Amino acid sequence: MNEHIINFENVNFTYDSQEDCNSPVLRNLSLSIDKGEFVAVLGHNGSGKSTLAKLTNAILIPSSGTVTVNGLDTKNDDNTNAIRQTVGMVFQNPDNQIVATIVEDDVAFGPENLGVPPAQIRQRVDEALAAVGMYEYRDREPHKLSGGQKQRVAIAGILAMQTDCMVLDEPTAMLDPRGRAEVLNTVLELNREKDITVIYITHFMDEAVEANRVLVMDNGEIVLDGTPKEVFSQVELLQSIGLDVPQASELCYLMKKEGLPLPNDVLNAQECIDALVAALEEYRCP
Amino acid sequence: MSVISITGLTHFYNKGTPFESVAIHDINLEIQKGELLAIIGHTGSGKSTLIQHFNGLLKPDKGVVKFNGSDIWENKKHIREVRFNVGLCFQYPEYQLFEETVYKDIAFGPQNMKLDESEIDRRVRKAAEFVGLKDELLEKSPFDLSGGEKRRAAIAGVLAMEPSVLIMDEPTAGLDPRGREKIIQLIKKYREETGSTVVLVSHSMEDVARLADRILVMENGSPVMLSSVKSVFSQRSRLVSMGLNVPQIAQVFSGLRSRGLPVSADIFTVEEGVKELLRVSQGRGIQ
Repeated sequence: MNEHIINFENVNFTYDSQEDCNSPVLRNLSLSIDKGEFVAVLGHNGSGKSTLAKLTNAILIPSSGTVTVNGLDTKNDDNTNAIRQTVGMVFQNPDNQIVATIVEDDVAFGPENLGVPPAQIRQRVDEALAAVGMYEYRDREPHKLSGGQKQRVAIAGILAMQTDCMVLDEPTAMLDPRGRAEVLNTVLELNREKDITVIYITHFMDEAVEANRVLVMDNGEIVLDGTPKEVFSQVELLQSIGLDVPQASELCYLMKKEGLPLPNDVLNAQECIDALVAALEEYRCP
Repeated sequence: MSVISITGLTHFYNKGTPFESVAIHDINLEIQKGELLAIIGHTGSGKSTLIQHFNGLLKPDKGVVKFNGSDIWENKKHIREVRFNVGLCFQYPEYQLFEETVYKDIAFGPQNMKLDESEIDRRVRKAAEFVGLKDELLEKSPFDLSGGEKRRAAIAGVLAMEPSVLIMDEPTAGLDPRGREKIIQLIKKYREETGSTVVLVSHSMEDVARLADRILVMENGSPVMLSSVKSVFSQRSRLVSMGLNVPQIAQVFSGLRSRGLPVSADIFTVEEGVKELLRVSQGRGIQ
């Protein structure tokens, strides 16, 4: 067994439909993700994030190089079922991934396909819905739920398959702030309490700062890989590849350029306030 | 002068069925000519229902909607005119692209207005240029464009009708930071060049802070705040209780103030923040 849950080794990927096969979507990408990590993936559209996500559970197979999940090669068809029981995916649009007309039926869809005995399915569905805070909605119609609730149902569907790893591809892109918070908090809790490995693709920097590790992709390559503090201190690099940084980080970066003695790893409003108060101590009113 | 004026507007969902519920309730609102009004509120607060009354896509169950002083429902022929004048760009408008080419898609609105061919052509090219779509893209299928390009093509379709009021429902949702920035610049430029009234529905407080003159906050189908950016964002705890927030930079400045730094609490963009900190320190202590 491999100690990494997911391993990419020199992975190249080119879509068949691509006109220019000399510019692969992923270029010679190597990456290891450990069990229990919460990895945020940033990058502008077309940087290869979603391709990376789809390679993790054999929706896509590398053009060259190897992707393994718990040591199983995704290229080998015999491994596909085991891989998909290990890595579950949640996509951007909540309306595209709900298959049933009742919430609990939707959550049961995965385990049913796995051939889990009915009594166990019942238990798994109840547990999964409770874990995402949607148990009391179990007999509702999914189309009447809010976006955040639908995404939590989709997450419950993956939990019910008892996968160890969850890959979420911009799960909050279509949600309002409350829905975004619901989904992010649900995923953070599952990561911390159930030790589920999370790969979380997002355009929202305030979400990425919650991860243990942030990967930044550009042009099919990983250009930054580190803790949120390490990554968001690279304001210039991030902006040059079309990404944002949190406003707090940007303000500190710009004031540091103006000569204020500020740290360059400020992530959130509180750290920014502390740093600025310290730097501007002499101007404080008594 | 108000371009859209709403009095006592109420709308029910599933009216006349056992599932009847109030979507928006007794709304009074004046939208001033040339302003940018942002509407915020969490999902289900009634934002989309409200804006669909602005151009007569929904008919009020109670109340009156006036465009340039006349009731839009007074005369059936009038409503068509209103729809050309009040352009509504839905959320995820790229899902509504349907024509064979980008050109034809953008031309759809002007064609419905029964304009002559040369005028349609002028408008399509102007709108496409305005949103930054190159000429060679016009003959492509809209489905071959990137996500951000599709969004801009769909917006061009609304702009080509040259509406005097432009309503945009979450124009930046789902885009990457670069795509978002393009749309924001587009809205700014549009206002500068045309002086049009814009209504912007958004979940991004950062975008709202950069663009809006006034903010309308909706909750449970009712307007709960309608005021300047400054006065709405100064009520953070109230916004948070509604599932909303203020831009992070505003949190920073209110924090700095409460810690005794003599900064203004009315800072809502990073740019303003830098200026304010420079003002406070007046360059002293800063090399």
